[in-house]
Amino acid sequence: MLLSKIIRTGLVTEPLNSDSTRFIEVVRGTGTEIRRHLGRALAIREVDAGSCNGCEIEISGLTGPVHDSERFGIHFVASPRHADMLLVTGPVTRNMEVPLLKTYEATPAPKLVVAVGDCAKHCGVFKGSYAVVGSVADVIPVDVFVTGCPPEPAEILQGILTAVGRLPQKQ
Amino acid sequence: MKYVLEVAQTVFALALAPLVVGFVRWLKARLQNRRGAPPWQPYFELVKLFGKEMVVSKEASWLFRCAPYIVFVSTLAVTFLVPFLFAPLPFDGVGDLLAVVYLLLLGTFFLALVGLDPGTAFGGMGSSREMTVAAIAEPTIALAIFSLALGAGSTNLGRIVTQTLGNPAAAISPGHVLAFAALFIVALAETGRLPVDNPATHLELTMIHEAMILEYSGRYLALIEWSASLKFMIFLSLLANLFVPWGVATDFTPVALAVAVIALLLKLVLLGFFIAVLETRVAKLRLFRVPELLGVSFVLALLAVTSSFLLR
Amino acid sequence: MKTLFLAMFIAYGLGAFAALVGGRKSFGRWLVALGAVLGAGAGLALGATVIATGIPFTLFFPELLPLGGGLALRLDALGAFFLVVIGVGAIPAALYGAGYTAAYKDGRASLPLLGAMFNLFLLTMSLVTLADNVLTFLLMWEGMSLTSYFLVMTEAGEERTRNAGLWYIGMTHAGLGMLLAAFLLLAGGAGSGAFADLRASAASLTSGARDAVFVLAFLGFGSKAGIVPLHVWLPRAHPAAPSHVSALMSGVMIKMGIYGFLRVALDLMGGGPAWWGGLVLGVGVASALLGVLYALMEHDLKRLLAYHSVENVGIILIGIGTGLMFHRYGLMPLAALGFIGALYHVLNHATFKGLLFLGAGSVLHATHTRNMEEMGGLIKRMPWTALFFLIGAAAISALPPLNGFVSEWLIFQSLLGGVSIPVPEVVVLMPVAVGLLALTSGLAAACFVKAFGITFLALPRSPEAAHAHESPFSMRLGMALLALACVGLGVAPFAVVPVLGTILAGLGGLPDTRAEFTMNVFLQTPSAFGQMSPTLMALGLLLLLGLVPSVLWLLRLNRQRRLSDSWGCGRVGQTARMEYTATAFAEPLKRVFAEIYRPMKELTVDFHPESKYFVQSIEYRSEITPWFDQALYRPFLQSATFVAQQVRRLQAGSLHLYLLYIAIVLILLLIVARWL
Repeated sequence: MLLSKIIRTGLVTEPLNSDSTRFIEVVRGTGTEIRRHLGRALAIREVDAGSCNGCEIEISGLTGPVHDSERFGIHFVASPRHADMLLVTGPVTRNMEVPLLKTYEATPAPKLVVAVGDCAKHCGVFKGSYAVVGSVADVIPVDVFVTGCPPEPAEILQGILTAVGRLPQKQ
Repeated sequence: MKYVLEVAQTVFALALAPLVVGFVRWLKARLQNRRGAPPWQPYFELVKLFGKEMVVSKEASWLFRCAPYIVFVSTLAVTFLVPFLFAPLPFDGVGDLLAVVYLLLLGTFFLALVGLDPGTAFGGMGSSREMTVAAIAEPTIALAIFSLALGAGSTNLGRIVTQTLGNPAAAISPGHVLAFAALFIVALAETGRLPVDNPATHLELTMIHEAMILEYSGRYLALIEWSASLKFMIFLSLLANLFVPWGVATDFTPVALAVAVIALLLKLVLLGFFIAVLETRVAKLRLFRVPELLGVSFVLALLAVTSSFLLR
Repeated sequence: MKTLFLAMFIAYGLGAFAALVGGRKSFGRWLVALGAVLGAGAGLALGATVIATGIPFTLFFPELLPLGGGLALRLDALGAFFLVVIGVGAIPAALYGAGYTAAYKDGRASLPLLGAMFNLFLLTMSLVTLADNVLTFLLMWEGMSLTSYFLVMTEAGEERTRNAGLWYIGMTHAGLGMLLAAFLLLAGGAGSGAFADLRASAASLTSGARDAVFVLAFLGFGSKAGIVPLHVWLPRAHPAAPSHVSALMSGVMIKMGIYGFLRVALDLMGGGPAWWGGLVLGVGVASALLGVLYALMEHDLKRLLAYHSVENVGIILIGIGTGLMFHRYGLMPLAALGFIGALYHVLNHATFKGLLFLGAGSVLHATHTRNMEEMGGLIKRMPWTALFFLIGAAAISALPPLNGFVSEWLIFQSLLGGVSIPVPEVVVLMPVAVGLLALTSGLAAACFVKAFGITFLALPRSPEAAHAHESPFSMRLGMALLALACVGLGVAPFAVVPVLGTILAGLGGLPDTRAEFTMNVFLQTPSAFGQMSPTLMALGLLLLLGLVPSVLWLLRLNRQRRLSDSWGCGRVGQTARMEYTATAFAEPLKRVFAEIYRPMKELTVDFHPESKYFVQSIEYRSEITPWFDQALYRPFLQSATFVAQQVRRLQAGSLHLYLLYIAIVLILLLIVARWL
């Protein structure tokens, strides 16, 4: 019964259209080195540095059948030792500052950081709160910001691919 | 000349192993109605991993740095004994099925030790669970070997293949079928597939094999991942070629070898398809239900031996 | 050969003398060790000569002990093999002991007594293998038991040791009683105690008498070897003794039980009905499985190793049992295979168990604790001990290309050959034995991952472990010798198996199989059932181990390495409290085998007096049910104590009552004498 439903549904993956790139801000350009190394196979470790989980829900849509990040060779891993890229969300709260640093330290080089969401860029609605340290860029070096509250899965995917150099970089 | 072919066979198996794993992953993606990565994705991953730096824990010892090589070498050594393409192998007398089992246990032993080395709780948990599953799967493997050896009159792999080729009726005997079922369940357990262990899980508390390698990165991780896919291919090839050996070349003519390659690929595709469907259909078992599953496989193996013997 | 024998005798004697005279000083301890090494070496040479030349060595003193037929000594191939085993085990242990016994200088134990008893222990054990009549055998057996009792009681200051000594002496004498009965029955038909006469007249005994002799000998020798349910003294006595003595007791003395059993069952009685082999096989399987199951739950390192000795004796008995069964059905090559596997395992166990106990002793020496839960991180502080212990652990887990794999392979092959037995009911039991042997093997591997991993890896769990120091040179030398033996026996079985075949030739009618199971560097079983070569496997593994890193280096791949903290999900700092414990490691297996263990759990949580939301302390106790102690020994001991208490009433302490007893008994005797 399950198999018949699978067959009836067919492939639902949507192709990625690269025109909505206005939410992507590139901080550091991607060298050919990184593109060569990580272009085809990317392992991502997602770090929630104090977010409201809105961005997490959008990110979890990435591995689903509609957006399917795996077709670009992207897969999520549990340990930063296995990861090439950190996908950071949320304003960095005081409690998560050291864990975020440790996660970055645990990741082997060459590595990238993509910060997702307005909170990651400039603390969003939590700006100025006593519990918040600052933007992700204040704690670890960021390569690409994907702004939005929360950004759509397609935009996050484009941000990741831009960081890896698979999409042409704007600005 | 034969030895050159043997080495070529090993290189072929080593090269094919990531493709087998990638193929199963691709099929699972398609069964989840998504496009998925192409079947040759694991090659990109291996190349990438070999290019990354290795981060080593301060608490780890020399064992941590040596174990990936030991695991890789022991699995590679097994490929010299498995009849992927032709039988009997020139190295057939060096090790029989029992030697294969214990060589694989050598890899598991060191991997489990290394899970304990960095002093993390997840690593210890992975080691503990891995050794539990490995220990409980041992009797089934031994009995499956017994049943095969009964039929073929030898525990050496080459001889088992040639005997079954010469006696086709034996392949559909109840002993053979039951032993296949038992060994299939054990293969799932030993290579960390569902329903025993989810290879794609991110939840540490559900991991068995992944938990032991959480600390590895770079070249070490590449070697371990490659050994894992090699082990998967070894088990699938054993299931294919010991029980359904048609296609395995018995002489070294180019035609026979080409047929052997095609036959092996066909059998691997079939088995891979079956495993992908099984993994999509079935949920992961709770850890303490796994001994029940392995107990079922033990009973199947016992029945296999008894029926093999009684129907001789 | 006579010179070798005299050398052995004198060396041990001088060693004992040196101990009594100067045992406490450093050179005195080295003299003791030297005496033991020379004596064991002479014994090893004597045994090797007998095996190589095939000429037995005899020595007969009819004037000594005239009542029992004199002191008769004869070393044939079987005894020579066990003498070689003694030598292989004793030389490293004695060297190790030279350094280890330095710890007793503080007066905890009597060094003169320790040194003297050590040498006498080795001497009496060697003479057991040489004994050629009943009285000599039993005398030397008792000497071996008594000297080892004194060795066990070395640290008599501890309650646990005294308890262990009591159990040991009680059980060994119970065994002696059974042996006496067995030999008396056996000698009853022959009229004399000489083994040659016993062998000749064994066939003329009634089958009932033969069965009785077999069972009594099995139980008597088995209690020394450590079969289940007579194993309860092992986990108490072996940990209590000093480590080099434990290595000898576990590696060598237990094998004297195997030797005696083989001598009686195979040599003197020449085999018997199939149920003999079946009984041995069944008890072997039970001992192997229960031994490893109890070992898994132990976190006292030496008790764990003691339970593993029970397991390995079980494996040896599996080999002997299959051998006896094949012997009964006339399948001689297969019978020889079974016995060869068992004898190989005897030698292997002596090496790897000796190595493991010496390693455990080093750890105990450095950390002053046997509890695994207080160790950790020792691989960095004691690298050599860790390496040797790892070799021992890999060997006992039967990992190729070390020696445990070879003997287990041989035993597996002999079990697989069981399909040739013409009785279907018996054959159906063989797969069960195969399965359980495989399970034992897997569980042993799991247990040693735990033992090595928790003891040596990760972070130290106590200040003693954090400040552990490497062992002195003599201790490392002893361990290194045994590690080399483990590797050598694993890589060159093609040299050992023919020798074992020659040893078995002629015993109980077994053929000479010296050329049957080997072919160049390959091992093979009859009718080419199985073939393998650990030598080539080892070569291949070494080659690949050199090839793979070289290829990766040539490809100029990223070789950068960076040290960092262990990944702990971003936590700050790492302590020893965060790592896995031995109890936790074995917990899944405890749950799986809960029916056998019947674990009892006790959890006490103390809340803060002011608030129920804060916990002050948590106490967790988990115990497994010791079946044999509870179901078998406790009722027996309770009833024995009860009977003894009743009898005690007769000894009221009054002189008049005792005089009355004498008078009554005298009158009764006179009446009885008048009657007869």
